[in-house]
Formats: sequence, structure tokens, C-alpha cells
Amino acid sequence: MQIENVLKWLHQTPMAEALRENEGFFPWIESVHVIAICLVIGSIAVVDFRLLGLGSRQRRVTVLGDQLLPITWIAFGFAALTGALMFASNAVAYSANFYFLGKLVLIVLAGLNMLIFQFGIFKTVQQWDTAIAVPAAARVAAFLSLTFWTLVLIFGRWIGFTLVPAIVG
Amino acid sequence: MRTQALEDFCSWIEQTPLSTAIQGNAWVVPTVQTIHILAVAAVLISVLLINLRLLGFLEREQSLAEVVQRFAPFIWLALPCLLITGSLLIIGEPARSLANDVFQVKMLLLLGVIVLQLRVSGRVKSDPYFFDATHGHAAQAMVLAVLSLSMWVGIVCAGRWIAYTYS
Repeated sequence: MQIENVLKWLHQTPMAEALRENEGFFPWIESVHVIAICLVIGSIAVVDFRLLGLGSRQRRVTVLGDQLLPITWIAFGFAALTGALMFASNAVAYSANFYFLGKLVLIVLAGLNMLIFQFGIFKTVQQWDTAIAVPAAARVAAFLSLTFWTLVLIFGRWIGFTLVPAIVG
Repeated sequence: MRTQALEDFCSWIEQTPLSTAIQGNAWVVPTVQTIHILAVAAVLISVLLINLRLLGFLEREQSLAEVVQRFAPFIWLALPCLLITGSLLIIGEPARSLANDVFQVKMLLLLGVIVLQLRVSGRVKSDPYFFDATHGHAAQAMVLAVLSLSMWVGIVCAGRWIAYTYS
């Protein structure tokens, strides 16, 4: 009940109204969201591919991580911000959408997978930093990461086609 | 640009069995769009990393040629994916794209950026250190990198705007 009131209040804020009524805002926010998401997934995939032995095999895992992580986080910041704006524009509808809720769960799962990797097998990275065949646990983490983020993208695209009231797909 | 011939062509595509099949199955468009965006992700991160190297911001201990070698295959794999998925989206709803100014601008930007990317690759192939600061081409490298990144950003934005400019 409390949440419902918050969502309704959010829906009525001047910002939400402006986002709904100005024809230009939404497509620009979506454009930034798409670019940001592509860079989040792309930068994560570069590291995952390295762990799976599918690319950048000559690079140290740590060097690759240090170079790509800033890109991942900056892009994630933009994706979260634009995502929050889209959510705010139509909070009631989004919070009732299966794919939106599923997407949030998947992002949390992807984050947990990253934490388990970071505080688990990555602790021993000095032993396999230059190895092409990294420990199985790291490869599993890479595979799960690619899976979760691909699902995030799939669910995200489906929101545009299932949101009621429907917006342009 | 919107000519009678173009509109006739669109109506003809709309009546092909493939187009009606796409129109009749609601899951096709979001699925194809998702694959399209995955391929866009592969291109964007590859282009970004190549351009950041061109600017000298990262992977300095690797030559530009090596960085291009690492990421160009992903671009050349993604481009056919984009062509196929993009074509399917066009066939499903031809007038939405073909007769749309934003789509036409997107295609021009795409052609332009491919020519640009081929030029950079060609230069690097004939002289791996061409763009290094010591050669005095650092300014040229910066212009090329900024131009390429802006064009790709423009391409993605145009792609999203197609959905809003179809009349």
C-alpha cells in the first residue's frame, strides 16, 4: 500500500509529467540508455571472453580488468540514471510489468555473480593472470555473467512491447 | 527523401510472405531487435577501445595495430549480424524505415563511418606506428577518433529515433 502511494506520487511529479508529455525527452533518454547498456555489456563481455579464452588471450586478466572496469561503471551510471528517469515517467506501469521486475532481479543476480567472482576465485588471480586456461570457477563466472547480461537485454527490450499503457517499441 | 517509387517498393515488400510472417508473429520483432542490440554492443565496445588506443588513453604498451587486430574481428562478425537483423526489421515494417529521413541519415552515417574505419585500418596496416605521437600524426588521430565515436553515437541515436519519426 505504502509503495503504491509512492509510485502514484512519483507518477504525478512535474518531472514525470514532463517526461511523458515532451515528445523529445523519451527517445533521447532511450538513446543514451541503449548506448550505456551496450557499453556495460560490451565491456563486461571483453573480460568474460578473456576468461573463456575467446579473446584478448595475450593480455593479463588484471590489466584488462583495470582498463575496462571504469568504462563499465561509468556506462552503468548512465544506464541506471536514464533507467530511473524512464521508470519515474511511468512508475505505476513499470512496477506492474513482469519484464521490468525480472530485469531488476537479473541485474542483482549479475551483481552477485560479480561479487562472488571478486571475493572468490579472483583472490588467486596472480597465479593465472597470464594463463590462457583460467580456473574453472572463473570460467563459470564468465559464462554466468554473459548469460545474465544477455537476459537483462532481452527482458529490457520486452518491456517496450509489454508496458501498459503501451509506449512506442 | 520519400518518392512514389520508394513507397511502391515499401508496399510491395509489405506483401511478401516473409513480411507478413514477421507481422503475424509478435515475438519476431523484439527478438530480432535484441540480437541487433547485442551486435551493436560488440561494435560499440570494439570501436571505443580502438579509438581510446588511437587517442593514447589505454593499452599504450600494445601497438594500435595489435589493438585493431584484437577487436576488428568482432566488428566484422557483428556487421553481417546487423545487416541481417536490420534487413528483417525493414522487411517487417518497410515504410517505417526505408521512407524515414532518420533511417536514411543513419545509413549515410554508417557508410561514412565504415569508409573512415577502413582508412584507419589501411593506414595502420601499412605503418603500425603511423598514428603515434612521434610521427606527428597525433592531431589527425584525435580528429579521426572523435569523428568515429560521434558518428557511432549518432547511428545508435538515429536507430532509436526511427521508432518515433515514422509517420
